[in-house]
Amino acid sequence: MREPERRAFAVVGKNARKVDGRGLVTGGPLFVADVDLSQALIVKMLWSPLAHARIVSIETSEAERVPGVALVMTHANTPPTRHTTAGQGFPEPSPYDARMFDTKVRYVGDRVAAVAAETEEAAEAALTALRVEYEELPAILAIDDARRPGAPIIHDEADATGIYDARRNIVADVDIDVGDVAAGFAQSDLVVETTCETQYAQHTPIEPHVTLASLDAEGRLILRTSTQVPFHVRRIVAQALGIPVSRVRVIKPRIGGGFGAKQEVLLEDVAGWVALRTGRPALFALSRAEEFVSSRTRHPMRVRVKLGATKDGLLQAIDMEAVSNTGAYGAHGLTVLANTGSKTLPLYNKAKNARFTGQAVYTNLPVGGAYRGYGATQGYFALETAMDEAAEALGLDPIAFRRLNAIRAGEGSPIFEKLGEGREGVPQTVKSCELEQCLAIGAEKIGWSAWRGKRERSGSWVQGVGMSIMMQGSGIPQIDMGAATIKMNEDGSFNLLIGATDLGTGSDTILGQIAAEVLGVPLEKILVTSSDTDVTPFDVGAYASSTTYVSGMAVQRAAEQVREQIFAVAAPLLGGDRQDLRLRGGEVVGRAGAVSLARVCERAMYETDQFQIGATASCVPTESPPPFLANFARVAVDTETGFVRVLHYVAVADCGVAIHPRLAEGQLEGAIVNGIGYALTEEMQFSSRGRVRNPSLFDYKVPGALDALRLDVALVDSYEPTGPMGAKSVGEIGINGPIPTIANAIYDAVGVRLRQTPFTPERVLAALDRAGVGAE
Amino acid sequence: MIHLTVNGKERDWDALPGDTLLDVLRREGITGVKKGCGSGDCGACTVLLGGRAVNACLVLAAKADGAEVVTIEGVSSDGALHPVQESFLEAGAVQCGYCTPGMVLSAIALLARNASPTEHEIREAISGNLCRCTGYVKQVEAIERAAARLRGER
Repeated sequence: MREPERRAFAVVGKNARKVDGRGLVTGGPLFVADVDLSQALIVKMLWSPLAHARIVSIETSEAERVPGVALVMTHANTPPTRHTTAGQGFPEPSPYDARMFDTKVRYVGDRVAAVAAETEEAAEAALTALRVEYEELPAILAIDDARRPGAPIIHDEADATGIYDARRNIVADVDIDVGDVAAGFAQSDLVVETTCETQYAQHTPIEPHVTLASLDAEGRLILRTSTQVPFHVRRIVAQALGIPVSRVRVIKPRIGGGFGAKQEVLLEDVAGWVALRTGRPALFALSRAEEFVSSRTRHPMRVRVKLGATKDGLLQAIDMEAVSNTGAYGAHGLTVLANTGSKTLPLYNKAKNARFTGQAVYTNLPVGGAYRGYGATQGYFALETAMDEAAEALGLDPIAFRRLNAIRAGEGSPIFEKLGEGREGVPQTVKSCELEQCLAIGAEKIGWSAWRGKRERSGSWVQGVGMSIMMQGSGIPQIDMGAATIKMNEDGSFNLLIGATDLGTGSDTILGQIAAEVLGVPLEKILVTSSDTDVTPFDVGAYASSTTYVSGMAVQRAAEQVREQIFAVAAPLLGGDRQDLRLRGGEVVGRAGAVSLARVCERAMYETDQFQIGATASCVPTESPPPFLANFARVAVDTETGFVRVLHYVAVADCGVAIHPRLAEGQLEGAIVNGIGYALTEEMQFSSRGRVRNPSLFDYKVPGALDALRLDVALVDSYEPTGPMGAKSVGEIGINGPIPTIANAIYDAVGVRLRQTPFTPERVLAALDRAGVGAE
Repeated sequence: MIHLTVNGKERDWDALPGDTLLDVLRREGITGVKKGCGSGDCGACTVLLGGRAVNACLVLAAKADGAEVVTIEGVSSDGALHPVQESFLEAGAVQCGYCTPGMVLSAIALLARNASPTEHEIREAISGNLCRCTGYVKQVEAIERAAARLRGER
């Protein structure tokens, strides 16, 4: 589709009703656990009480005698195959360092043993009856202790693969540069260096992980599961359990949010094993506390950024170094780390000299995983803090300084090619970039010139404004694949079958819109079926901001092929030249007249040269066009208590054409509010022995409706020529904004830099005290 | 065994010792009531108990004996959506939908006692319903639209 045609969109760019909306708003039985569970065994896990220990023995006989217990699982009676729980493309860039059950535990909350029983009570009783003898080992509970000489080795097993340096607890190592960084700093008039640290945080999808496993009449394993990656689940479960992929079917029904936490195989292997061993359905559902401790977290990181610029404000060099805490297992360890550099450094391509180095290290703490933003979030905190410091030192307005150095349409960055998904990337020229518009609109909406530097006081409260910019990507180029199948029905409707995974984002709806647009029908005529490995074509799943761009292009291509088939059938009916045919309003329209799609399908199904009108198409993108975002925040800081309130947050995005503007806004709004929580309140806290102290939504504070007040999101006019209907991604980028934006606004208000998240009253007060600006 | 009127139907319900209202309802197929935490922190299990929005996970089943309960399944009638449900769909306030039943019920309880709530009152009314997808912007808008609709303005 060419750019001029977009003004004529009939379905794309409109706020259609979500295709699953009615079922959701009426509380239909759409989620994993909403089916009849009366025959299901209940699976419960015994989690490690110790941060690091060898399992000497597990005495199961007493547990097995508990009435109602069907199966007790330990390392002794389950497959020992090393694999990764990370739901990534094959071969996964994460180490094979996990087993279904291991002879060692590596964090408080690690798997020890599991039971399946008729009732929850029986399962709990059986867990209590398990006798485990541990040999406790010294534990690593801080990122700085992981690489110390003589540190305990967390993955000392002989059969783990893909670990960069297991003896030093280093999961992954990245070291790339472009140009000559030392020369860049040497020619700089100004060099600033800043180090920022981020905390342990959890996704908290409102539906915790849940899997229902059962066998069909032929003994195949059916996994109904809350996942973002059904096809990866099928492959990894088959691998872990030692059964062929063909013996597993994964169905993702509606799921209650994911945010990356569900890009992981956490329950399916165990529930599946129970079903295979017992022949019974098995339900494995995490409690909220288990979700906090034993699912996945955002990798905490320490990121150091050094910037060099000449007096005129042009960046000469950027040096970024990251240390990432991947916890007890290396899931996503390499790729999150690599993204910290690859999704941030190209933004400031005026710096011809750039370097990214980093290591991801094991600790005996909860496991890092995919989390919306995926490393970029951590990187932007340090980068955008350093940019703010440099702007100030140069005497430049922070907006102007960023404008001067940010990438523009028609430009590339050598980083794109040097650093990709944990390996070399793909060269790319940015084709759409409306950052200028985003900045102008955002500055206007926040009232930048009215508030900046004014430090308006009200009692002990002081106001300030801050800003930041960022980019992300749209899928993983030359790795991700999405596929779509479309087939036609005789009433002129179409089935759209997609492996893509709607985790609440609305991707079923927007993919349906893309098909409807090409086929010239209203959205109601597109019947969307997604995420069933027996029914839908392959798709890597919902991650890396890929669905709209990658799966969307697959849908567009499939629809275009179907359109050609329709024209071939219709041409003899309409006479004239096939080139003149168009699809519009449910009809094939030609110069000589029109014929309904229903008539076309009838002819193809029942009359002449019969065949099923239908096509399957795939997309493996050759590039990953970045969406862009400008963020602005006005905050008030209480100099007496250290409390920070976000009074107004503005985010203006370039996501290409928004297929469904309201859903695109919703992606940004949700990501930003999540990011505000990450900036201000959300933090997993640990005891001195590595136990999570606050595994509840009472003690771990995610924003509620009263915490997120004035939030303005806007989408600018943009068109990505390589994307379906001009679209690129929007799913992740918003979460990167709040931390640096709020930090920079706090600085504008009270002149102190916060370099450790979250910005709790204690930390703000301590910073004020150090700077001597706190209220007495 | 407890006696409940659920969505207008009065009957006896099986209840085990220690069961919460959430357990009882879900076990019998009223699965629009979601479980998100089991400790009253997320609001996914919100139901109307005697017209008030409460967390079903905090109500011991025995305590609810004799009560009148409305769940999301009882909100639309004869296939027609409640104005709050209509507004949620129109405003784009539904993303994953897991918090939606509870959020809709909290909104209905609010609008029953306050036909013209302010934005702050709306936010207060849904402050016990955590949503991780939306950022609350479109839910607040949806409830404002629903209030106008119920007042006959749209």
